[in-house]
Amino acid sequence: MNVVATQLVAVGLGAAAVLGMVAVVAAVLLTRAARPAVVGVLTAAVGVAGTVAGVAAMTGQTWSVQLPGVLPLSGVLLSVDAFGGVFLAVSGAVAVAAAIYGIGYCRGGGGGGLASRGVQVATPLFVVSLLLVPAAGSVSTLLAAWELMAVTSLLLVVAEHRRRGEVASAGRWYVVMTHLGFVAILIGLLVLAAPAADDSWDAVRAAAGTLSPAVAGPVFVLCLIGFGSKAGIVPVHAWLPRAHPEAPSHVSALMSAAMVTMGIYGIVRVGIDLMGGGALWWWLLVLLLGAGSAIYGILQAVVSTDLKRLLAYSTTENMGIVLVGVGACGLFTSTGRPVLAALALTAALLHIIGHAAFKTLLFLAAGSVLHATGTRDLDELGGLRSAMPVTTAAFGLGALAASALPPGTAFVSEWVLLQALIHGLPAPGVATSIVVPMMVAAIALTAGLAVVTFVKAFGVGFLARARSTAAAQAHESPPSMLTAMALAGLGCVGVAVAPTAVLPTLGQIAGALVRSGAPVSGALSAELVGVTGVLSPVLLVVALAVGSVVVVAVPRMLVAGRARRAARLWDCGAGPLSERMQYTATSFAEPLGRVFDNVLQPVQDIDVTHHQESAYLVSSVAYRRRVPDRVERRLYQPVLAATAAWGRAGRGLATGSVHRYLGYGFYTVCALLIVLVVTR
Amino acid sequence: MSLLGTLGGTLQVAVIVGGSPLLLGVMRQVRARMEGRRGAGVGQPWRDLRKLAGKEAITPRGTTEMFRAAPVLLVAMTLVVVVVAPFVTTDSAIPQIADLFVVVALLAHATVVLALAGIDTGTAFGGMGASRETTILALVEPTVLVAIFALSVPVGSTNLSAIVGSSLAHPAQAIAPGSLLAAVALIVVIVAETGRLPVDNPATHLELTMVHEAMVLEYAGPDLALIELGSAMRLSVYLGLLANLFLPWGIATEVGVLALLGGVVAFAVKVAVLGAVLALVEVFLAKVRLFRVPELLAGSFLLALLAVTSSYVLA
Repeated sequence: MNVVATQLVAVGLGAAAVLGMVAVVAAVLLTRAARPAVVGVLTAAVGVAGTVAGVAAMTGQTWSVQLPGVLPLSGVLLSVDAFGGVFLAVSGAVAVAAAIYGIGYCRGGGGGGLASRGVQVATPLFVVSLLLVPAAGSVSTLLAAWELMAVTSLLLVVAEHRRRGEVASAGRWYVVMTHLGFVAILIGLLVLAAPAADDSWDAVRAAAGTLSPAVAGPVFVLCLIGFGSKAGIVPVHAWLPRAHPEAPSHVSALMSAAMVTMGIYGIVRVGIDLMGGGALWWWLLVLLLGAGSAIYGILQAVVSTDLKRLLAYSTTENMGIVLVGVGACGLFTSTGRPVLAALALTAALLHIIGHAAFKTLLFLAAGSVLHATGTRDLDELGGLRSAMPVTTAAFGLGALAASALPPGTAFVSEWVLLQALIHGLPAPGVATSIVVPMMVAAIALTAGLAVVTFVKAFGVGFLARARSTAAAQAHESPPSMLTAMALAGLGCVGVAVAPTAVLPTLGQIAGALVRSGAPVSGALSAELVGVTGVLSPVLLVVALAVGSVVVVAVPRMLVAGRARRAARLWDCGAGPLSERMQYTATSFAEPLGRVFDNVLQPVQDIDVTHHQESAYLVSSVAYRRRVPDRVERRLYQPVLAATAAWGRAGRGLATGSVHRYLGYGFYTVCALLIVLVVTR
Repeated sequence: MSLLGTLGGTLQVAVIVGGSPLLLGVMRQVRARMEGRRGAGVGQPWRDLRKLAGKEAITPRGTTEMFRAAPVLLVAMTLVVVVVAPFVTTDSAIPQIADLFVVVALLAHATVVLALAGIDTGTAFGGMGASRETTILALVEPTVLVAIFALSVPVGSTNLSAIVGSSLAHPAQAIAPGSLLAAVALIVVIVAETGRLPVDNPATHLELTMVHEAMVLEYAGPDLALIELGSAMRLSVYLGLLANLFLPWGIATEVGVLALLGGVVAFAVKVAVLGAVLALVEVFLAKVRLFRVPELLAGSFLLALLAVTSSYVLA
């Protein structure tokens, strides 16, 4: 069995690499008309191979291979353990849905430039890089895969730069932030690997204990910044709400469901696996960052009217929740309670899987809407039910999954996380006993706001009546896009109804990382081990179904039913209601925006133009309101302004004279020599 | 699935479906008498339901399946809670889902379904009601979960039967500061979630003040009957949870005619008394502005947080 599993991992990864190369060659050689279909099918096959490898790895056997010739100096070391397998499987599964979706999306009116050679070459490469990151077995391999992932995703983000100006700006933000993050990871990992015999995980893990706390702390913080930036954690999230909406929708799904989770992978790999837990303050920091990201992300999502931007901020929120799980795991590890640590990490892993399923579905459905109507503005959508029934059903399912309501996908993972937190009290230490209830409150507020966000997105975007002609003339998407949405929807339903199929395995994986037993068992209901707690999502679904049947059937038996009649809406007797009388996304979120006014600080201006004859007669009123990202304004604008000021100051030094530049070199060398002479 | 739990689940459905309109009748009667009116009688909600059920069902043009499914889902979700929560017996009919988180999240889900139906009508009223209701829901959530947390920490479980059993075994727990603070926090939550004064006025039809009523304005006939029944059941469920989490005495702990009868009577009395007190207090309250509601909820959140800390400090 174990031999079969390791062979499957090897075959899967090998097949993924080969298929990926074939896809790249096909993208280069084929004609424009045939390209999306062939590349899409091949990329989906890469995803399938990756999923097979990941699922096989999750059974517990570590498979590794050394490929010295591939990269100069260090070579490539691939090593897939059970923990990496989870991320491998998630990336592979997301890639299957996204690649199938891309067949129809790239060919149709969704984007003229999407069938181009560059985009079609970058897509399979991006998928392969997503599989390589969790399969990397050494620092150098991880860094190389990480950079490949950054570059290929950047190419895909800027795919539509000719059509919209904002794409280029989003791309610039993304490229700068992802590389600053890369530098942080690079420094952190190099310092971490410095005392080790070589840079493989085993050697680094063995040597990590020799680092002094004064070094280990900064190393962890650097890795947290770098990996956290990829996961869209506040305050290093600024690229995410820009890049995710501007990327083509299937790429948004890949980035939002698979790529951001690599940030979490990195934090867990470094903090818990390699460094073995570390100090308490690390994890308190992680918890606070996680809770802050969750609340800030969902607050921005609540007031957002751009459908894809809303989903992007929801990604920040969900990664925040995952980070709370990771932080709780570290917290319980460093306070000596491995069972709870394993439980919290299990919750984080399950949330990653659930998030991947529903965020893929939501982004694909949003892409379908964009494809059909050409707009992402919720204030212009509505009434899509009759024209786009499958897309509406898909988004509805995704919205249920994302709002943490039973029987939704996110509910089970948040339930497990809350169980870990509840059993964390009474705790030794004041910090823990204050932070743990605050985390529960933060998760609760996030869950409540997520409900509002997705009621708004689904209700305003898809139900009611069309608010623009574009929405009124919408049409359903081609079969390949619908198939992809159906696949992602199946994933959502699977995680919602039968999370117990993966929970014990995830529990074993988490338990192995924190040196504890599996914290969850049970086939039909999730039973916690070591603490009391039981939940059966299957029974809940059955109970709800039976309840619904009873509620439909019993009144029919008691009262002789009369036929249903269609009637016009109640209009106060004032004639038919127009579409413009409906609540919009902006008005729907207005009460919450007002409650959180101090946090969000919206900017509004009103321009009143008067008639020339009289100042009392108004000819027109213009009203603008937007909610700028406050963290960005406070944190990034000053840094950007300072950088620009430095640049301007430095301009005086660069006059264009070669002699002057040679002189600078000469003076620098002299100054260096003097410094050396004086200090030695 | 024990015998006691199955019997309890069946009895609870009968008691709450049959009794919740009567509870509404009692509350209206108390209010009427306090205001110097004779009132329509305790059975009036049932008479209203019978009348509505016999009418023709209306589907407003332009609405989708969401609008038609919402009343059914509302009642079905409440019904599941009625079956699993320990109201008459300590054991639950389906112990695997008798979790406090599941129960409050199911009740919240029922609200969400109605909010979607409100938006689905495409009228200003529907959207307004949905927006306000979900706003209150979002702000209530932290209080609910932290209060649950405060109740679960001493028991070490969020299972409803375990919490009720623990309160029965340790009666002193009911007057512990943590419990009292959590109880007050939960009362505010219940007032907000069931749309009672001072958060929402169940008797109003003025557009500036409506929350729940605005959402269901387009419903008529049997659909409206289901919504009225569902809302009444929600009120009974919330009051029943409050009663049994803090004052579980009288609940049946074993199978037996007397024990079960005692459980039913004790539950009916507790809920009726709580409902009457709620109605009595409502007479003296005016509805607060929508934007003052967050202050009320922030206060209750603070109480819930204090409940957690006190259960830690005094433990």
